[in-house]
Amino acid sequence: MNQSLIEVNELTCTVADQILFDRLALTVVSGDVLELWGPNGSGKSTLLRCLAGLFEADGGVIKRAVGLLYMGHRPGLNELLSPFENLRWCAGLQERDVSPETLLSAIHYVGLDRYKDEPCRTLSAGQMRRAALARLCISKSRLWLLDEPMTSLDDDAVALVRDLIAKHRSAGGGCICATHIKLEFPQTRVLELGA
Amino acid sequence: MGNFGVQFRRDLLVAIRGRTETANPIAFFVLALSLFVFAVGTDSETLPRVAPGVVWVVALFAAMLSTENLFHRDHDDGSLELMLLDSRPLFLGVLGKLLAHWCVSGLPVAILSPLAAVFINAPFEIITILVGTLLLGTPVLTLIGGIGAALTAGLGRGGLLLAVLVMPLYIPVLIFGSGACYRVLDGATVTGPVLWLIALLAGSITLAPFAIGAALRGSQEY
Repeated sequence: MNQSLIEVNELTCTVADQILFDRLALTVVSGDVLELWGPNGSGKSTLLRCLAGLFEADGGVIKRAVGLLYMGHRPGLNELLSPFENLRWCAGLQERDVSPETLLSAIHYVGLDRYKDEPCRTLSAGQMRRAALARLCISKSRLWLLDEPMTSLDDDAVALVRDLIAKHRSAGGGCICATHIKLEFPQTRVLELGA
Repeated sequence: MGNFGVQFRRDLLVAIRGRTETANPIAFFVLALSLFVFAVGTDSETLPRVAPGVVWVVALFAAMLSTENLFHRDHDDGSLELMLLDSRPLFLGVLGKLLAHWCVSGLPVAILSPLAAVFINAPFEIITILVGTLLLGTPVLTLIGGIGAALTAGLGRGGLLLAVLVMPLYIPVLIFGSGACYRVLDGATVTGPVLWLIALLAGSITLAPFAIGAALRGSQEY
């Protein structure tokens, strides 16, 4: 049952003459949550970008068995569009016919009911983050790559992120999460970079 | 249809929401042409003769002006990452984006060009061919400009670099576009330049989205 979602071997990456990781190996199977810890500049984001295929490492093999969802530092929201329109576009990108009701319930889940039709430029940093989190609610991807998903979120929203990851995990998904706030799940694995 | 429709609809919506920015190139087109009239003078013999060339050059600059923001904002807000992570080929998505962009930049310029032509005292017989060549040529400008915009997407304001990159590639479009208009003035057949424009359009629709896709992937490497 524990299907491998991503398998990485001998991954090596150098940025600005600094070795971020050298012959790194990791595997995430379904139900796994892997936390990436490390100080700023230790390569957490770069590793996630490598895994997502957005950044080419200097060497190594990355085997992805399933579709993935990547949430980076930048929210991926156009500021002229509303959270609803942004989410609809995002669902469309994944070639999925998601009903407006599903989109609305995702927006309700992240607590943006009142702002669903407001352009994103009127939202605060935390609300932008929440709008981006709505993507997790509608995602069918088995592997989640989250880059500091809890930045600028209040306590309620942090609980919401934990809840989303827990649900995803119990549904057989896997998650790699770069974070400075510990997820505090039972049996999470930790990879410490720059140590 | 794939992600073509998804991108087209989104970008058209963004263009409508950002009206002021969208209107910039069109306003530039009208204003620059009107200044030309003041500079050269309406009673001059010169104006009707230079008119097709002037309309084409101004249309070309208007296209370049609007191209800069094609991928820049998507790069900055992270939407581009989501587009690139889409497992389907980027080709159709990029084409959808460019079509939406053309609909609010090249198309209005082509539609306004008869008015502009009358405004700058262009001979009436060239109006049909002017609109026709602009309808064929401005999509090529958008597609070629897209390559430059994708290459400079991660560079902040790459305005000058973009101009230097795409200007040489714009020149054939300019030559055949205004060349067709002059052939009408001289009473010659326009088949040659028009066929060239069609060939350029077919070539750039087929090849430019691939180049743009590759450049966008490159722009992610910080």
